[in-house]
Amino acid sequence: MDMTYAGAEPKVARRKRSAIARYAAPYLFISPWILGFLFFTLGPLVFSLTMSFYDWPVVGERTFVGLDNYRTMISDDPQFWESLWITVKFAAIYVPFNIIMSFFLALMLHNIRFASGFFRTAFYLPSVISGVALVTIWSWIYSKEYGLLNFMLSLVGIDGPNWLGDPNLAIVAIIIASLWGLGGTMLILLTGLKAIPKELYEAATVSGVPGWAQMLFITLPMLGPMLLFTFITSIISAFQQLTIALLLTKGGPLGSTYFFAMYIYDNAFKYFDMGYAAAGSWVMFIIVLALSLGVMRWSAAWVYYEGEVRQNDGDGHA
Amino acid sequence: MRKTLLYSALILLSALFIAPFYWTFMTAIKSTADLYQFPPVFWPSEWHWENFAAAWNKQPFGTYLTNSLIVVVFSTIGQLISSSLVAYGFARFRFPGRDPLFIVLLATMMIPWDVKMIPLYMEFNMLGWINTLKPLIVPAYFADAFFVFLLRQYIMTVPMEIDEAARMDGANAFDIYWRIHLPLMMPALVLVGTFHFMNAWNDYLGPLIFLNDQSKYTLTLGLSMFKGLHEVDVTSIAAITVILCLPPLALFFVAQRYIMDGAVGSSVKG
Repeated sequence: MDMTYAGAEPKVARRKRSAIARYAAPYLFISPWILGFLFFTLGPLVFSLTMSFYDWPVVGERTFVGLDNYRTMISDDPQFWESLWITVKFAAIYVPFNIIMSFFLALMLHNIRFASGFFRTAFYLPSVISGVALVTIWSWIYSKEYGLLNFMLSLVGIDGPNWLGDPNLAIVAIIIASLWGLGGTMLILLTGLKAIPKELYEAATVSGVPGWAQMLFITLPMLGPMLLFTFITSIISAFQQLTIALLLTKGGPLGSTYFFAMYIYDNAFKYFDMGYAAAGSWVMFIIVLALSLGVMRWSAAWVYYEGEVRQNDGDGHA
Repeated sequence: MRKTLLYSALILLSALFIAPFYWTFMTAIKSTADLYQFPPVFWPSEWHWENFAAAWNKQPFGTYLTNSLIVVVFSTIGQLISSSLVAYGFARFRFPGRDPLFIVLLATMMIPWDVKMIPLYMEFNMLGWINTLKPLIVPAYFADAFFVFLLRQYIMTVPMEIDEAARMDGANAFDIYWRIHLPLMMPALVLVGTFHFMNAWNDYLGPLIFLNDQSKYTLTLGLSMFKGLHEVDVTSIAAITVILCLPPLALFFVAQRYIMDGAVGSSVKG
């Protein structure tokens, strides 16, 4: 390592300066984040909370309405409940599938040596491209007449449905397209699998513990922290689902894929009712936060933190 | 026997993940005659490379590309500088308020973008930044929590003795950051740069909300608008999609080693 400094100042001058610098330096280093936090996170949070208590058009007079936005939403706006229900339905299917499929793919990759890099890359590739590209690709796969999917189905004698045109199927189509991007989750779980000490399995095998029991009593508990992490990030991304639905189905057909995030988006940028939209976004925030905290608390029952896997920052669990 | 089964399953599954890419590429390069064949043509009878140039010239995609590049290059520079500075500050100093601030930093990762989207729009609107590329670039100069976390974990693995030795030699805090930690964190910086590049390049909602004028569009927004207008021009849409996918894919293959091994482990495991 090269640690010689050309042209270093005399030490005395340095020492004087460093007395002040010692207290200021750390804050100077983290100041970009502090400023960013104030202007792009805390400010907007406070701002949107304030907005949610106002009737706030983009241009024109704004009036304080107290909790009216929230009240209207809950008691007078069927679209609120419909979009929330669609989002919950989506999350209830997407989250478990995302984790279970990622887990099995990771498990398979963990058990092979030859060409494991190739397969890992193959599964991760869709996560690398833009949502716009992803949607474009899937809109053809789902096409009723010329679509790849219906062609495949026709090979086994099934007359393919109109995936994006059928209210019952459109949400399934969105779930499948979303699951195509499970590569990130898979990588996290694969890393977790690799971190489990081999000795545990060796000891278990020597003692005659069958494979399924090793899975149940070694793999799953040891993978607990990673599963928890993917669980929470999956919930967050499920509730924020917007790009795919916006571009693939535009909320249709018959509002069957009108997600909660799209409801917020439309209130803000189509109806320009910023206050009402802000209230919607806070409802989402509270739901996501409550779900995350709930999962974390529930996880205390099944997540086992071994010393070396324990988060060393005290960020909430441990 | 078990291995054979495993590999057959993997080949079948990976085909599901790769086939759509193959299909898109072939769609872009097919002749119109091949396009509407049924059963579909999996290997085109003629290769029409000129489809790419033709598609490119149907809209000012050159302008969109320039805009995308401006956003990506300048925001990546900002992200690398700011996140590494902040990460160094959190990793190497003890100061009042450090731990609570770090917890706040971690907590900001949980806030849904939707909550910030509307006030950010208003904020940028007040600053007169709507319909400029600034909202897509400037925030990157104020460090991203995830990247700070990742880089901090990386700096923590470097023995403190190295910093102390440099201090003995008269190096100040910035020297130590600039001459020691920055070179040492290169692999992690490659990772941050790659991830940020991909996020910025692939971003759709940001441009959708902050840009109005066609001359300001990024490539993702340009493609989605083109798709909306020319739904039937499948060949051109496919060609632009291929072009849109190429940079992140290329970058991914270059930085693959870092992404596959370093990234997830250091960022998640703590």
